[in-house]
Amino acid sequence: MIPCISVPFDPADPDDPEDAAGDGPLLEVSGLGFAYGSRMALADVDLTLWPGEVLAVAGESGSGKTTLLGCLSGELAPQAGRVGFLTREGKRVDMHSLGEAERRRLLRTDWGIVRQNPRDGLRLAVSAGANVGEPLMVLGHRHYGWLRGQAGDWLDRVEIPADRIDDPPATFSGGMQQRLQIARNLVTDPRIVLMDEPTGGLDVSVQARLLDLLRRLVSELDLAVVLVTHDLAVARLLADRLVVMKDGRIVETGLTDQVLDDPQHAYTQLLVSSVLQP
Amino acid sequence: MYVAVKGGEAAIDAAHAALARKRRGDPEVPDLSLEQIDQQLALAVDRVMLEGSVYDRELAALAVKQARGDLLEAIFLLRAYRTTLPRLAASRPLETGQMVVARRISATFKDLPGGQVLGATFDYTHRLLDFDLAAAPPPDDGGGAGAAPAAAARTDDEFAPADPPENPQAGPPASPPASPPRVSDLVGRDGLIEPAQPSDPEPAPDDLTRQPLRFPASRDLRLQALARGDEGFLVSLAYSSQRGHGTTHPFAGEIRQGEVAVEIVPEELGFPVTIGTVAVTECEMFGQFVGAQGEPPRFTRGYGLTFGESERKAMAMAIVDRALRSGELGGGTAAPAQDAEFVLPHSDTVEASGFLQHLKLPHYVDFQSELEGLRRMHAGLAAAAPAGTAAGDEAPDDGTLP
Amino acid sequence: MTAGYNFAYLDEQTKRMIRRAILKGVAVPGYQVPFASREMPLPFGWGTGGIQVTASILGYHDVLKVIDQGADDTTNAVSIRRFFARVAGVATTTRTTEATIIQTRHRIPETPLRAGQIMVFQVPIPEPLRWLEPRESENRKSHAMADYGAMHVKLYEDIVRYGQIATSYDYPVRVAGRYLMAPSPIPKFDNPKLDRSPALMLFGAGREKRIYAIPPHTPVVSLDFEDHPFRLQRWTEACSQCGDTASFLDEILMDDQGNRRFVCSDTDHCAARQAAGQGGAP
Repeated sequence: MIPCISVPFDPADPDDPEDAAGDGPLLEVSGLGFAYGSRMALADVDLTLWPGEVLAVAGESGSGKTTLLGCLSGELAPQAGRVGFLTREGKRVDMHSLGEAERRRLLRTDWGIVRQNPRDGLRLAVSAGANVGEPLMVLGHRHYGWLRGQAGDWLDRVEIPADRIDDPPATFSGGMQQRLQIARNLVTDPRIVLMDEPTGGLDVSVQARLLDLLRRLVSELDLAVVLVTHDLAVARLLADRLVVMKDGRIVETGLTDQVLDDPQHAYTQLLVSSVLQP
Repeated sequence: MYVAVKGGEAAIDAAHAALARKRRGDPEVPDLSLEQIDQQLALAVDRVMLEGSVYDRELAALAVKQARGDLLEAIFLLRAYRTTLPRLAASRPLETGQMVVARRISATFKDLPGGQVLGATFDYTHRLLDFDLAAAPPPDDGGGAGAAPAAAARTDDEFAPADPPENPQAGPPASPPASPPRVSDLVGRDGLIEPAQPSDPEPAPDDLTRQPLRFPASRDLRLQALARGDEGFLVSLAYSSQRGHGTTHPFAGEIRQGEVAVEIVPEELGFPVTIGTVAVTECEMFGQFVGAQGEPPRFTRGYGLTFGESERKAMAMAIVDRALRSGELGGGTAAPAQDAEFVLPHSDTVEASGFLQHLKLPHYVDFQSELEGLRRMHAGLAAAAPAGTAAGDEAPDDGTLP
Repeated sequence: MTAGYNFAYLDEQTKRMIRRAILKGVAVPGYQVPFASREMPLPFGWGTGGIQVTASILGYHDVLKVIDQGADDTTNAVSIRRFFARVAGVATTTRTTEATIIQTRHRIPETPLRAGQIMVFQVPIPEPLRWLEPRESENRKSHAMADYGAMHVKLYEDIVRYGQIATSYDYPVRVAGRYLMAPSPIPKFDNPKLDRSPALMLFGAGREKRIYAIPPHTPVVSLDFEDHPFRLQRWTEACSQCGDTASFLDEILMDDQGNRRFVCSDTDHCAARQAAGQGGAP
């Protein structure tokens, strides 16, 4: 197991009044392991995520980044370890020992998941307004006018023209689809957002605009984000902290600038040196 | 005054009487006997028994006659009759390895123990209408004896297909083995094909007629649904898979046709007794090989089993069975033939044909409801459209737009 | 003709299996109970689910009424009524008030039902989520988790496109605050009759192999938005036979000049009003 190098690690203690009051880390992952058949995809992964913090997970493809996201969101059931999450009520729960119903409820209210391919996170055939309104309808909101108002607000915040509200995202460009997916995920005011290569597959100029938008939203909303990316420039721009993964394990973790400017692990050094410096 | 748009008892009675007349046709033409249907329309009887799920040639022939030759209707008749039958016993699994074969071919080996036995097949006939059959048969001749050789004779002319199996035999060999070994057993000896499931001890199979189809469906339920499924639908699905929508790269490992014994174990006896034989067609397709972590790759299997001589159906069934296993073999479920939730609920001809034809039932109320809704929308649009606006514009919503 | 068949056609084992499904349905209102539907001598899609339910609950002393589109004399209603008269020998009626069991396709009678009566609905597609998601395994999960947001997405899209909720029949309802349920293709005009009815409502889908139920006095709510509430269909015309303005009306085209007349879809209701001296609209 690789110890955390530079970040104070404060394991949650149920008896600690501070933790009970909801001041501890939002997400506390320990000893996570996952295997596809006999192939180990994730081993001994420890992570903490504090409220309002953006944590980037970097590494090349096959390093276990996406498997890690799947285990965090509950889509994959890890064979080892736990994913501790601090609820709004200040209770610390293991996402994987919750019942399916309770986990779904938490995912609806507290989590957002932005997928690399917006087509996987949107209903392409229904209007943009309905795509943004749906999470609210799932939560029980039943006022059409209000739902439409919320959808309009969010389209505005992600810079989608108001007159596209009744158009299906199938008619949108890739960048616009991705912004719509972000709106759909943020409309419920989640406490943690997982993003899987949100700028992957987009043109460079479109990427830049999306990164700007993400940076603005993250700071405005004080979001906690786990951001999976193979692009260290994206990590530098958005993330407070960075973990580097290789072969399913975390090889290095620290403040983003610190890791990128003074990489300790040989693999990180290789990654950093292979990228053009900004 | 009230217009009698709704039907009534008298109309139904009249329709039934008209149907009876139509079924009989011209009374000058002799009535068909069930024996004639059984003997001369034998493949129609086979199909009705198979999809009707009752092995009884006489009842199936009756159904064909009563349905005026509409096989789907005949299948429905037989199924409805089957519903009322008590279940007396469950048979032991058929030992198709012990089959007395009338036909047995393999496309995977040129020659093999037991040989290629063509039996009675359309395969190498030229599809030329045989006008001899149209002529009235001589009174002392049933008609079949003269016709069959005429058709068979054409298989030997110079237009014979390019690659018939080598060393074919027109009938069982002179000294046939009691029943030829299965091709899959020969291949399986070298571990080149996955073993047949399930193993020992055999779990009691699920029963489609006693429990509803639910998903994910076990393979026994899937095979039952396919065996009862509509031949046309399965042939098209198998074809779609062959054309690349979820291909299984099938080889016709073995097709065998013949009689097998049906055994039951009466509780009071405790040992198996043979209660009769059934004619069946069995098809084993060898599919695309797969290998798992640390395991050598092996061919996979698709299985088809039908009553009577229903070879096309057995082959289609085997391909679709293999396609439906795609998910568990790590091959995805995106293609129509691989998607059990698409294939199984839509394969049953009795269900499909019933629901299709229910559209003939009155839908006045639903249609009236839609009319009322449409008129209200039109009225709303007309009221909301300000002068000069195109009529097709959307009505603004009552103050809810930002 | 009935010789060789059990009372009400189905064998007793099958009836018991269906009754168990019905009891489960009553215990969990609105939940679709899978059952091993049998082939019946009538085609799938023509009421086999309703027929199996009726066959399983029918007793010697029951009085059966069968309607299709509200009418007792439509061909399929006649066919099903005859079937039970033949295989069960039970009394049949066209009067809603006299019936103990009413099998129906697409309507609920206008005459209010009373305690002790049982409505049996013929259901073509029992899954209200089917149009949004065709996969049963997904929909079962949605029901288990009461995850019904997608249904409201459809209603939302209706308003976007048509300015109102366009669904006019088989209008989805929430039963006892829990399960989303398809009320079968009754017009939404009939939906309020499901709410807290003193009668037991049974739903049978033969081809789809599902049975579900609404026990007496169960709250049944039609889905809507607060600012686009569920609305009933209304006619500006009156029945040309009995003059009723409050019942569901069928439209009858009189000629090719666009002349039309309206008559009650519920023939028993209309006949009773005429017998009581109500005249038709001019």
